[in-house]
Amino acid sequence: MGNKQTIFTAQQLDAYQVSDHVYSILFYRYRDLAPQLVPLDYTNNPDVKLPYELIGSMPELKDNPFRQRIAEVFSEDGEGNMTLNDFLDMFSVLSEMAPRDLKAYYAFKIYDFNNDDFICKSDLEKTLNKLTRNELTEEEVRMVCEKVLDEADLDNDGRLSLDDFQHMILRAPEFLSTFHIRI
Amino acid sequence: LEEARRKSKNRRAKPQRKAKKTSDDEEDEDEDESPRKRGRKKKKRDSDEDEDDEDRSTKKGSKASRKKKAKDESEEESEEDNKKKKNGRNGGGKGASKKTKEEQNKDKKGKGNGKDKGKDKGKDKGGDKKKKGRYHVSYIQGIVYFKPLEEAQEFVERFEGALGKGKGRKWYAYKVMMTKILMGLPYGSIARKTVPRAEQDTAMDFSVLFDFNGYCKYSFIFYGYYNNDRMVGVLKFRLPLSYLLVGVGIFGYSLMVVVRTMARNSNEGGEGAEEGEFTFSWKMFTSWDYLIGNPETADNKYASITTSFKESIVDEQENQKDENIHLRRFLRVLANFMILCSLGGSGFLIYYVVKRSQDFAEMDNKELSWLEKNEVEFVMSLLGLVCPPLFETIAELEDYHPRIALKWQLGRIFALFLGNLYTFLFALFDEVNAKLEKEKVIKNETIWALNEYYANYSSFHNTTDIPPPNVHPADVVRGPCWETGVGIEFVKLIVSDMQVTYLTILIGDFARAVIVRFLNYCWCWDLEAGFPSYGEFDISGNVLGLVFNQGMIWMGAFYAPGLVGLNVLRLLTSMYYQCWAVMSCNVPHERVFKASRSNNFYMGLLLLVLFLSLLPVVYTIMTLPPSFDCGPFSGQEKMYDVVMETIENDLPAFIGNIFTYATNPGLIMPAVLLMILALYYLNTTSKGYQQANLDLKRKMQMARDEEKNRRNNKDSTNQVMKDLEALLPDRSLAPPPEEEEEPPPEVVVEKVAKSPKTKKKKGEKGEVDLQKEVSLAAENPKGPVTRAPGSRGAPAGNAKGTQPGKERSRGGASK
Repeated sequence: MGNKQTIFTAQQLDAYQVSDHVYSILFYRYRDLAPQLVPLDYTNNPDVKLPYELIGSMPELKDNPFRQRIAEVFSEDGEGNMTLNDFLDMFSVLSEMAPRDLKAYYAFKIYDFNNDDFICKSDLEKTLNKLTRNELTEEEVRMVCEKVLDEADLDNDGRLSLDDFQHMILRAPEFLSTFHIRI
Repeated sequence: LEEARRKSKNRRAKPQRKAKKTSDDEEDEDEDESPRKRGRKKKKRDSDEDEDDEDRSTKKGSKASRKKKAKDESEEESEEDNKKKKNGRNGGGKGASKKTKEEQNKDKKGKGNGKDKGKDKGKDKGGDKKKKGRYHVSYIQGIVYFKPLEEAQEFVERFEGALGKGKGRKWYAYKVMMTKILMGLPYGSIARKTVPRAEQDTAMDFSVLFDFNGYCKYSFIFYGYYNNDRMVGVLKFRLPLSYLLVGVGIFGYSLMVVVRTMARNSNEGGEGAEEGEFTFSWKMFTSWDYLIGNPETADNKYASITTSFKESIVDEQENQKDENIHLRRFLRVLANFMILCSLGGSGFLIYYVVKRSQDFAEMDNKELSWLEKNEVEFVMSLLGLVCPPLFETIAELEDYHPRIALKWQLGRIFALFLGNLYTFLFALFDEVNAKLEKEKVIKNETIWALNEYYANYSSFHNTTDIPPPNVHPADVVRGPCWETGVGIEFVKLIVSDMQVTYLTILIGDFARAVIVRFLNYCWCWDLEAGFPSYGEFDISGNVLGLVFNQGMIWMGAFYAPGLVGLNVLRLLTSMYYQCWAVMSCNVPHERVFKASRSNNFYMGLLLLVLFLSLLPVVYTIMTLPPSFDCGPFSGQEKMYDVVMETIENDLPAFIGNIFTYATNPGLIMPAVLLMILALYYLNTTSKGYQQANLDLKRKMQMARDEEKNRRNNKDSTNQVMKDLEALLPDRSLAPPPEEEEEPPPEVVVEKVAKSPKTKKKKGEKGEVDLQKEVSLAAENPKGPVTRAPGSRGAPAGNAKGTQPGKERSRGGASK
């Protein structure tokens, strides 16, 4: 898989605060998606973006109902086309090492489909439909979304702000274990 | 002459627990004969036998031999008594002296044909007898810890050359290991293991076999097969004792297992687990596992998430239901009334049918049609088929949460089956009593016949040594064996139950599914959506089926040990069959609910069934006398006498004393009292814990509410806060206005403004609190120096002023 010469600057490595080893694994995975596009030598920060289709077909992501949102959230252009930095960001946030607050923040952004910094009712409905693959009836969907707002919406504005969301998610016993991708 | 007679009687009586001297005689005769055919060994055996008789009297003054001697004598006495008295119990003699019995038992064990089958349901072994001969020396040396060594010796010697039947030889090759340890007389060797001559013609008929008569009846499947010798086999396996202990032990063990499972289930927090604060939110945002990378797993996950949502939705809907409560109550009462009526009706029907079957029993078997013969089982199964759907339809009136409705349904079906089963049992009891009567008659007859035989023989041959009458085992006059009868009934019941279940599945589910699927193309209305559609998987029916099957096994296992094995087979086939049926013909319940939460309920049901099935068995062990010619307890007055015997004979003396003391009512009453007190104490303690739990939960809820209020009212109650501040003591130092003042007013404010999110029950409490808080605060009207004098002026006024503010904020905050 190419020669193992140092291909990143020390600064780049520091920025991510992951070990060399993990960093290089991630890089090679990124490169494997499109070897012809991604150069081995990254010391000059080449401007390479992989299209969403390639990202979304990764084995870790292809079965995830939220893969598109994940890619959009971490990509610079918001379309899902990811540079290496975006890619590294994504996997580091989703790794075991990331702190809870950081994860909660990004989870919020993922579930906020319309990017308005609030999880509103339509976002909830979309989330639910993605989770159940549209198996629930409209009535049921409506009821669930109302219940969620009921439970988590503290400031009573009919939508979940980041605070509401964090308040709720940080108490969840399973959040850390489910919001986790290993590569 | 008398002596000779007695001696031969001795020999006879030993192997068998029969009062039918004829059978005993012929028994021994058989044994004697086969050895004779063999040659040297038999002579040895015969002589051994005689020798032993003498030996027993002459050998060292060991307890054993003394006992034996005493036994001999007492045996003779008792046998004489037997002849005189005409009770159905052998050896029980006057019935009084246990000692006599034990000794007889021992004797029987020692002598001759103690080749009983062990509990181990191996096939009839033939004679490993030759091997026995070789082993007996080492055996004697090996098994030293048993006192009656001489008995052991004879015992072993009895083995040699005993059974020379062809069957035995064949099996010997296969069952060497088993025969070494647990010997049993093969089929045909003693009368109880043989089909009576009269029945032999039909014994192999399929119909008879199907009815569990014929060869089946006289196999190890049923109680009557087991011989009653006290100890069996090389290891001196105490058959009767073990039979009793295993039978009772099964109940004890099952009891323990069920209760332990229940305790474990309840510990896993079945109840409170669902009362999360953010049930739906967590379900939505944390249920998907991001590690999933496999399409199949993903599919499963989608399905489970969907199901989980549906369950929670159902639970939520139940909470939100808001209807006319009077109408509901009326409907529920009506439904219960209707169901009670149907239960009563079914009980009466069973009773009627059972009465009829008793009449049929009088009539000749051949004249009855199949229907009439099996009427009882047929009706019971039919009721079991028809009533549950009926109950379910009626239960729709009640409109409960599916889980609760399931519990009601189970309870009702339970009542139904219980009634049926107990009626069945009472019918059986009548039968048992009838058989006991018959037994007495037969016993008298055989005694008479035997006397005749001896009279003739001695007059004819003019000898004193009368060999036992040479009667083939099949020709021996047999008493009815009520235990086997009961066992047969149970086995038939279970078989018919199984047949009904399989038929139901086949027709009710499979045929229905096939019809719906294929007729749908050419039918007017949509068969799949409307009537009849596919069958729903019936949780309650299946659970109850399992529970009752188990109950019947528990009841019947004592009388038909083979039942357990049969049932295992049945369960295996059932499982695969039903698995296939469910996958191919059933659809899941429309309203999805978490059935597994009621695990403890099912276990509770099982426990109840265990108790109820324990009762009849224990009752019969304690009260009814065993038959005199079949089963391991034959000849004794009560079945538990075996235990007494063992205690007296085999255990050291002081244990016997202990038991005597222990059964003293003066000791038992205080023990019972103590247990009741302990129960009461534990109950109270557990209630206390529950209460503490509730309090803790409430506190947590309050903390949450305060949290919400704090966030909720950060903006809207600033006015209120400012006012309240004035009421608080010691906040006069110039703090950064917002931050520091927040905490204390917070405390007050939380109680001031009721968050709309809190559940209704909190409402009143909150109000009371806030009134209190405000009034308390009002007592310290020290305001901060920085406050404008105006606001400080009228703390009381402020207090009142805050209230409308509270009102306002509350109103504003409510949805």
